[in-house]
Amino acid sequence: MVDYELKNRIIMKEIFSSFRGTENELIPILQHVQEHFGYLPESAMLEVARFISVSESKVYATASFYSQFRFKATGKKHITVCQGTACHVRGAGKIQDTLERQLGIKEGETTADQEYSLEAVACIGCCALAPCIAVNNETIYGRLTPQKVKVVHEPIRGERKNGQKNHSGQPGNML
Amino acid sequence: MAKRTILVSQGTCCKSAGAEQVYTALKKEAVKWGLEDEVEFKQPGCHGFSQIDPAVIIEPDGLLFAGVKEENASEIMQSLLPGRRPPEHLFYTEPHSSNTIPYKQKIPFFSRQQRFILHNCGTIDPGSIEDYVKGGGYEALHKAVYEMTPLQVIAEIEDSGLRGLGGGGFLAGNKWRLCYQSPGDQKYLICNADEGDPGSFQDRSLLEGDPHAVLEGMLIAGYAVGATKGYIYVRAEYPLAIKRLQIALQQAREQELVGKNILGSDFSFEMEIFQGAGAFVCGEETALLQSLGGKRGMPYPRPPYPVVSGLHGQPTLINNVKTLASIRWIINNGAGWFRAKGTEKSKGTVVFSLSGKVVNCGLVEVPMGISLREIIFGIGGGIPGEKAFKAVQTGGPSGGCLPADLLDTAVDFDTLRDAGSIMGSGGMVVMDEDTCMVDTARFFLAFSLKELCGQCTTCRLGTRQMLEILNRITRGEGRPSDLDLLIQLGEVVAQGSLCGLGRTVPNPVLTTLRYFRDEYEAHINEKRCPARVCKDLITYRIDHEKCKACSLCLKACPTAAIKGNKKQAYLIEQDRCVRCGTCLDLCADRFGAIECI
Ligand SMILES: Cc1cc2nc3c(=O)[nH]c(=O)nc-3n(C[C@H](O)[C@H](O)[C@H](O)COP(=O)(O)O)c2cc1C
Ligand code: FES
Repeated sequence: MVDYELKNRIIMKEIFSSFRGTENELIPILQHVQEHFGYLPESAMLEVARFISVSESKVYATASFYSQFRFKATGKKHITVCQGTACHVRGAGKIQDTLERQLGIKEGETTADQEYSLEAVACIGCCALAPCIAVNNETIYGRLTPQKVKVVHEPIRGERKNGQKNHSGQPGNML
Repeated sequence: MAKRTILVSQGTCCKSAGAEQVYTALKKEAVKWGLEDEVEFKQPGCHGFSQIDPAVIIEPDGLLFAGVKEENASEIMQSLLPGRRPPEHLFYTEPHSSNTIPYKQKIPFFSRQQRFILHNCGTIDPGSIEDYVKGGGYEALHKAVYEMTPLQVIAEIEDSGLRGLGGGGFLAGNKWRLCYQSPGDQKYLICNADEGDPGSFQDRSLLEGDPHAVLEGMLIAGYAVGATKGYIYVRAEYPLAIKRLQIALQQAREQELVGKNILGSDFSFEMEIFQGAGAFVCGEETALLQSLGGKRGMPYPRPPYPVVSGLHGQPTLINNVKTLASIRWIINNGAGWFRAKGTEKSKGTVVFSLSGKVVNCGLVEVPMGISLREIIFGIGGGIPGEKAFKAVQTGGPSGGCLPADLLDTAVDFDTLRDAGSIMGSGGMVVMDEDTCMVDTARFFLAFSLKELCGQCTTCRLGTRQMLEILNRITRGEGRPSDLDLLIQLGEVVAQGSLCGLGRTVPNPVLTTLRYFRDEYEAHINEKRCPARVCKDLITYRIDHEKCKACSLCLKACPTAAIKGNKKQAYLIEQDRCVRCGTCLDLCADRFGAIECI
């Protein structure tokens, strides 16, 4: 436990070293903290408050305003399912339903084994591939159908619909 | 023979379609066939036609291969050997006519556009400042700094008639002059790349595909208004755009294009990238300023406008990514060249992200004043399947939905506003007969309710009330008086709210009520959803004549609501059915035995 705390303090120190400690650096500091821990631990927010000399409630107030910041750890695979306009029109609701059913969790939750978490977001900027999801904010899977989501552990292949040639190759494993 | 260049675009969308794998495979094959000295490889940003990704383009001829897979790499490279023919099965096929088109510039999606903001996207390597300079990059900056005074630059932009492409359409030149005239010790410049409007990705593509054009625009703007520090406020959800910007900024710094005494002149300008933390309202300029200051993104009343008192109370110029990317063209080619495009009051071109129920999704740049029909049917290729067009949504949550009889509306700031929508920052989502307009209005309101900052009572509570009424209607519990109530509430919210978000929140409701009132009435009076979207108002049924008892739907049904035996038509147990539509999707192409009523 002690080691753990010590380690965290070293990480925080490292993060702070690239900042001056002024209030307007709050958001980038929190972004760095989240990058290290995957979320914003309470103790870390406390230290941030001290570092930039504002109250803890102010740090929390700001952090909770922005959807990027999380106060709970996510699963190892954090799935963001887009519910933006283009995705909505192309059936993102069904994609989310399917993911929720398969993972046995609702949007905003994490599986008991901490493997997966699911979050609905508004637009990840790949609207031309709607409906789409992102895994760990990196890998994007587009042109999904509930059937494709079903093959969670299998490679997704380019879909063929109505016998029409579809120009989407979809290599790799999905999840 | 001239050296050929092989282009494989690497935007976020191209990558997700597998463009990286294709690129690697092509390089490997080049070595295998001894072509590594004959050809040059390039990884530009997105060409904008996401439908055909991953695409491989061979310059200088402009041959285009669409939907390329790794296994096609060999035949593509072999076709470059002397005397070989290109693999025709990889040419782009027009969906409606089945014509194949070998050349990029002959494909209607490209040939019907007029690109200059997007000119470099898909053609130059965004990671190479040399490539940008080769195409005339930073010439405009040189010209501005050495041949023009700041006031001359401002006059040129004013004369061009360029209007801000971030949504408001404010005349860019006017804003620059106001900022120039405002006294202040230090002036700031902010490039607004927050792009939170769901259904738009044009700013992302531009930053990914041509980051230097944005930097050059910022430098010229900074020179003109007298700013010495610039921020690029870009949303954290765009990691690739951020990475490309960082690289571009680093290169510009090394070439002394950013920093002290730029190009050896007296002009100095520093730049920094700030990552937005995910709040739609932070696209609004005063909220953005709060956020840059490390605070909650709460908009505050204007005046004073940011050009007078913005970041740290100093004069601050805020422009959108596309506005800034247009600057170099105006400086290079002159205001007259720019004015010649577009309409009387909206000059130049506009970039749209075309998505939704349209055949060709992607990035589209067209002159202002072109019709919605030309964008959706000419460039977009119309609606997929045999479906009918229903509506087009522009301007995101602040915009509106326009119906089929307004398809000939000209796309410019004023005409769209008169029709009840707005230009917005460039999202254009097409909807077909399967889209429910009441559900669409509900969708936007739910989005806005999540994103609004909560300061104004009318906005916070009014939006919630409107959403509850819409929820009621989509559940089939609407009352005839609800429609007037929605309009009344909408007016209160629009009038009683402080910022641009609150003032426009009711728009999607008001325009759908204006153009699709019959759909609302069907929900209320007949308890029917004509588009068969609202789950409480639909039932799935199996047609006994058509059902072949193939067990496909039975196995797929997530709630085991489908019952039946071999060789006997199935039945859906209505109280178990969650109306997910899985069975209908599965059966549609096979027996069409399942219907939704
Ligand atoms: C709710 C809301 C969201 C906005 N989002 C953006 C945005 O994502 N990008 C943008 O450039 N402007 C956005 N704007 C407009 C900005 O407030 C501002 O007008 C614009 O950045 C000015 O740049 P321009 O003159 O080049 O258009 C938004 C406005 C509102 C009210
Ligand atoms: S709407 Fe889903 S990515 Fe834009």
